[in-house]
Amino acid sequence: MPSALPADSVGVVKPAAFVHPDDFTLQCDRVLHGFELVYETYGTLNSDRNNAVLICHALSGDHHAAGFHSVDDAKPGWWDVCIGPGKAIDTNRFYVVSCNNLGGCSGSTGPRTINKDTGQQFGPLFPTVTVNDWVESQALLANHLKIEKFAAIVGGSLGGMQAMQWAISHPERVHAAVLIACAAKLSAQNIAFNEVARHAITSDPDFRNGYYAHENTNPDRGLGLARMVGHITYLSPDGMGRKFGREIKSGDIASATNVEFQVESYLHYQGRAFSRHFDANTYLLMTRALDYFDPARDFDDSLDRALAQAQCKFLVLSFPSDWRFSTHRSTEIVDALVRARKNVASAIIQSDHGHDSFLLPIDRYTEAFGIWMNQVADEVGACTSAQIPDAR
Amino acid sequence: MKLAPAPVHRYPMRADLQIIADRVNPGARVLDLGCGEGDLLAHLQNDKQVNGYGLDVDPSNIATCFAKGVNVLEQDLDKGIANFQSDSFDMVVMTETLQSVQSPHLLVHEMLRIAEECVVTFPNFGHWRCRLHLLFKGKMPVAEHLPHSWYDTPNIHLCTFADFEGLCLQEGFRIIERFVVDARYQNGLLINRFPNVFGTLAFYRLGREKRR
Repeated sequence: MPSALPADSVGVVKPAAFVHPDDFTLQCDRVLHGFELVYETYGTLNSDRNNAVLICHALSGDHHAAGFHSVDDAKPGWWDVCIGPGKAIDTNRFYVVSCNNLGGCSGSTGPRTINKDTGQQFGPLFPTVTVNDWVESQALLANHLKIEKFAAIVGGSLGGMQAMQWAISHPERVHAAVLIACAAKLSAQNIAFNEVARHAITSDPDFRNGYYAHENTNPDRGLGLARMVGHITYLSPDGMGRKFGREIKSGDIASATNVEFQVESYLHYQGRAFSRHFDANTYLLMTRALDYFDPARDFDDSLDRALAQAQCKFLVLSFPSDWRFSTHRSTEIVDALVRARKNVASAIIQSDHGHDSFLLPIDRYTEAFGIWMNQVADEVGACTSAQIPDAR
Repeated sequence: MKLAPAPVHRYPMRADLQIIADRVNPGARVLDLGCGEGDLLAHLQNDKQVNGYGLDVDPSNIATCFAKGVNVLEQDLDKGIANFQSDSFDMVVMTETLQSVQSPHLLVHEMLRIAEECVVTFPNFGHWRCRLHLLFKGKMPVAEHLPHSWYDTPNIHLCTFADFEGLCLQEGFRIIERFVVDARYQNGLLINRFPNVFGTLAFYRLGREKRR
């Protein structure tokens, strides 16, 4: 428990809820009779309403990107490393909006929501959502907040995909897009990992075809297993080796028990922790959205033509040790942007943390990202720290 | 074509970059190999509405380009530039980088695949100071324009202007223009008469070989 909150923290934050009362037609043609998005904001929206930054979360993320929900919280939001006063996304200059996506399990309308038609949780009947649906629902949230155009839309991994989709679907509403450890579509290998994770969940006897909540159970083992597989792919071989080594706890094989290597207990812990808070149906739905994402599909499979729609400038960041969303996949995006004659900058950040790198305080990463975002703030005319009336 | 965002600040430009900037048409598409701190591109974006991209690998250069709003891409020239389409740029520029790449001749071929014209600048190893240095001291020349010792130099392919023109002849690079200057980026009678002896830095504007 932190006795005092760090000076570069956005402090104690409170989630808010945006209620969209009207019907919302999803890409799969099914209709949600209204929905709710839970979101947080950090910093101050300026009078021109042009300093807003939208944070898009990845597979297991949520709206709580920065700060603490109470002074007793052990950990800040998932991207506190990059969001706060003086950080890469500087809340002295930007107004940051972060929401839990549709289909999520942290408060936004999703499988855990009560379906008004049946009086029961949606569970497995929650419709398929896509990255497009997320973007459209986020656009409604932006309307609600009276944000015409975002200074930047930012995301890592699946979050980067949303930023990319925003740039294609709503070019006039995005000044800059930041795609970190991202890909224009998943590789077959990536889909395969997602399928193993899904299969782990659906083959758990407690999954009950997705009606586990109705039957008062939860596929803890399947969800935990899915997370374990995921975690292996989020780390790099070298990083894993350095972090865990292969020392045997009990000292010799003769007295070995079930969990002997440090990496085993790490994965078990991650699996257990995840299954306690995350919803299995949400996991299935989010991984499918990830698999289906392919903005080129609507443009004769030409990513160049898809990205030609965009008007914003792009920053593409990647990490060579990330084999789940490799640097090569980011290069594909950069090359397509160059062919589409878009403004783009890129950097390839050395780190041995694999896909997880985008969440971690890596000096070159946070510095370069911050410098680029600062230039964005200058371009939109966001105030400088010195102009803030009550700056500390 | 939408223009790159104009950098907020103006930057004074190195004299050699000005010489190149003078040779770029307004509105051109420019690729700058080894763009350094992005001064040329920032200037071209600002004053000539050029849609440009720079390639570099140095983290601090890249950060500086970010701060200027320059389109810098982290890419290692030694791994090739095959990702750029043929004829997709109006001009490819490479300033004082030729001597430090692994395969200068292959890179120039690639530059002339991507654009019809390219500008290459490099220091002259045939400068009289270099010649005297080697002749009298018997040691690898260290000069104002070649400040590194032999063991730590990034310049692995130093050449004289005569060497380079030999390469152009051999590889079919058409020399459209040669502009030779001293260390202060000035030229004069002596340099123009004996460029390979008195010239410090050369600008070569190259084109593709004329089809016979």
